[in-house]
Amino acid sequence: MDFPWLSIIIFLPAAGALVLLFLRDDLAIRRVALGVTFADFLLCFPLLLGFDASTHEMQFTETHTWIPGLGIRYALGVDGISVLFVFLAALLGWICVLASWRAIETMVKEFMVSLLAMQTLMLGVFSALDLFLFYVFWEAMLVPMYAIIGIWGGSRRVYAAFKFFLYTLAGSVLFLVGIIVLYFQGGKTFDILALMQADLPFALQSWLFFAFLVAFAVKVPMVPVHTWLPDAHVEAPTAGSIILAGVLLKMGAYGFLRFSLPILPEASVYYSTFMLLLSAVAIVYGGFLALAQDDLKKLVAYSSISHMGFVTLGIFALNGQGLGGGILQMFNHGVTTGALFLFVGLIYERTHTRSIADYGGLMKAAPIYTVFLGLFTLSSMALPGLNSFVGELLILSGAFAARPVIAAISILGALLAAAYLLSMFRRVALGAAEVGERFRIWDLTRREVAAALPLAILVIWIGLYPKPFLTIIGASAEHLLEQVHGVEGTE
Amino acid sequence: MSIRPLLAVAVAGLAAALVLILHDRKPLRDLVSPVAAVVMFVLVVSMAPRVLAGGSYGLVLFEILPGVDFAFRVDALGLVFATISSGLWIVASVYSLGYMRSLNEHAQTRFFACFATSLAAAAGGAFAANIFTLVIFYEVLSLVTYPLVYHHEDDEAWDGSRKYLVYLMGASKSVLLAAIALTYHLAGSLDFVPGGLLADVGASSLVLTVVYFCYLFGFAKAALMPLHAWLPAAMVAPTPVSALLHAVAVVKMGVFCVLRVVFHVFGTGLMDGLGLALVTAYLASFTILMASVYALTRDDLKARLAYSTVSQLSYIVLGAVLFSPVAMVGGIYHIAAHAISKITLFFCAGSIFCASGKRKISEMGGIGRRLPWTMGAFFIGSLSMIGVPPTSGFVSKWYLALGSVEAEQFAFLIVLLVSSVLNAAYFLPVSYVAFFGEPNEGQGGVREIPMVTIPLVVTAVLSLLMGIFPGYFIALAEGVVR
Repeated sequence: MDFPWLSIIIFLPAAGALVLLFLRDDLAIRRVALGVTFADFLLCFPLLLGFDASTHEMQFTETHTWIPGLGIRYALGVDGISVLFVFLAALLGWICVLASWRAIETMVKEFMVSLLAMQTLMLGVFSALDLFLFYVFWEAMLVPMYAIIGIWGGSRRVYAAFKFFLYTLAGSVLFLVGIIVLYFQGGKTFDILALMQADLPFALQSWLFFAFLVAFAVKVPMVPVHTWLPDAHVEAPTAGSIILAGVLLKMGAYGFLRFSLPILPEASVYYSTFMLLLSAVAIVYGGFLALAQDDLKKLVAYSSISHMGFVTLGIFALNGQGLGGGILQMFNHGVTTGALFLFVGLIYERTHTRSIADYGGLMKAAPIYTVFLGLFTLSSMALPGLNSFVGELLILSGAFAARPVIAAISILGALLAAAYLLSMFRRVALGAAEVGERFRIWDLTRREVAAALPLAILVIWIGLYPKPFLTIIGASAEHLLEQVHGVEGTE
Repeated sequence: MSIRPLLAVAVAGLAAALVLILHDRKPLRDLVSPVAAVVMFVLVVSMAPRVLAGGSYGLVLFEILPGVDFAFRVDALGLVFATISSGLWIVASVYSLGYMRSLNEHAQTRFFACFATSLAAAAGGAFAANIFTLVIFYEVLSLVTYPLVYHHEDDEAWDGSRKYLVYLMGASKSVLLAAIALTYHLAGSLDFVPGGLLADVGASSLVLTVVYFCYLFGFAKAALMPLHAWLPAAMVAPTPVSALLHAVAVVKMGVFCVLRVVFHVFGTGLMDGLGLALVTAYLASFTILMASVYALTRDDLKARLAYSTVSQLSYIVLGAVLFSPVAMVGGIYHIAAHAISKITLFFCAGSIFCASGKRKISEMGGIGRRLPWTMGAFFIGSLSMIGVPPTSGFVSKWYLALGSVEAEQFAFLIVLLVSSVLNAAYFLPVSYVAFFGEPNEGQGGVREIPMVTIPLVVTAVLSLLMGIFPGYFIALAEGVVR
């Protein structure tokens, strides 16, 4: 057995959380949390550098028996799809700590413990190769997230947290039923890789597809089960929003990639047009909702619905370009929307308002902040040369190959994104420098620049040179397609 | 492999950075743009001999996507665009200094930095080897010219700049995006190919037609009707911006993109086979005539020039799609001919505004006696727009007319003639009013400003010289057609 990289990456934050329990000083707590999450991030580099992109096989695997009677194992491993999201979660982890440095002033210890616990669980979700283990991580996430929104959130935090909890739980219950059925029909195993080999009858696949769909669609979120998202985002503290947008939303799409497509291939192909339609609805509807917002956080939240629609559009195009683009766009969305929530949070700390109407002329009051905000805004609207454009182009190219009409409708979402994002930037950043007179505004501090810089670098890097990322995704995405279409049916 | 194309782009980019760094050392900052312009022009022209001999300069930097590189390739078409934009940047940078200083404009650092970046984007677009690279620079150009359009930061400027961005970004984030995604799906590559990238992908003619029109209207900078309204709206910008960017760099970027699509994405064979050439020619003709009619009705001088630009841009498109080699040469030559003449006209409008504060033609009575150099240059520019020998505009019109005869498309010959009459009808009255009109009140202190007047005299003379010695650009244009 090799060095257990994944176990260490997953449980280092949990260990850090334990250490925090013995600390009293808020500053020390913040520092330890930052140190732990940053160390966790650094630990991802051996993982990325040692990753062999030429194969779709799971790597860095670890297997131990856990509950032998039920065939439940502690099994970890990453392929080209999950390794990116382990990296993303670890990156956003320490950025979340930085984002909470000033924003969280009460019960700092409890907050950081929740954040670190969340970190462990998220990393676990992306690494688990045992369905039971996956479900444990998946469900356990609800608790710290509920706390983060419900305790440190805004004025309607309890309502928002409860709504988030209910929606997710409702989805999870069906997921659990699906898992149990899968266990009995798929050869009494929770081994995800073994389940992928199970040849299930089509009728069963259909039932399971919809059971999984509910669980994953809530997370993505897809219209019509998206309504928890704006509430949760608006009420959550900045770090909560970053986790939600950056990582949690990816789990729905990840669920499709890890379970629906490979385990239920025939159902996935059969219902792909339906899924493409749902995606197009989310893209356009989310875009119109975003266009109507005056609240900065709500605008970014609704834009997430639209942008995640592009992700599912790419995935269910079920061809190389769409799938590769969809996976890349998941990563891009995590970086860009995470950054946008970070920046909304940063300016909220200064002005205590999120209403776009209260702003104007921020360029003069805080030029460095505004330049970063502009970059992330342009990235979110998929400007050519920035990360999202690459994903969007691949997704649309794949969607045009699959269902040209649905692809054409989805273009409207890209247009709407330009409209609401550019108009937001114009109203917030340009114009007369009124905002600097009404509020005490200071430009980014070094700590804030440190949080923004890695995200900015990724935005430009992936925009111009996405090859390393596409290479990591490549073999796994190709293998996934083979699983879906059967080997001879691949494109 | 040669880094020359990258150097040319980098010079302008570096100039923008220097302008920002030197923001509080005015004399030094103001020196940056003219020097960079000269260096850039020399770099661009240094590539001419090999390109004229049928060669090219290529530079592949890295792979973006499978089949898509970040790459430059300098060919004759790109060199036409790059030569004219970098060359006119030299005069425009001097003119801008005179203009901005005499009006004591605010935010000059932002102005000069954005201006230099625009030139970098134009050169990058000119040398781009594929659609992806081209579109990156295309969008950068849209974005960095936006602050130049809202420069005055009053209500009118915000309205105009909003329209500007809505049209340009709206078109590129909808139909252009669709066109690129479809092209990538069909061809698996986005490279410019001499015979046409889509020439033998074997897609249905319906799909290809859709892709074509998505490109045609996606590149809204070409100002083909009905996507032309952003150009008159952009006239709220300071006049140097209208002159170099909205008569040369930005609009020519649009037309240049359309030509790339016609020649190197679709190719003449496919265009002809699908019947797209004729439809485009009709669209262009409609734009030529309608825009001239609009121009006739405008009293604001810059608005009249803007509509004239809309009209003249379609000459270039028309020439390209007539598919007679002579017409194509005429169309491509007109990129340069229109640029040099229209920049002269805009320089004159700016000079009148600097000297007298006047924008409306009806208020310019007798101003030619106060501003003889300016209005003299304006007259030469007008003649070129109308196409009177020996100006540069005559050369392109001559080629275009010959070409429509050669293609046996006599309808377009009539369009050319009618539009010449219309051009005369809206340009000559300006000179007439200026020289023979009753002087309006308050022209007492009106004098020409040397730093503004010298550049416009230079461009007026150049526009004459280019009419008499059109060799360089004609040779390049023939290189494209060959």
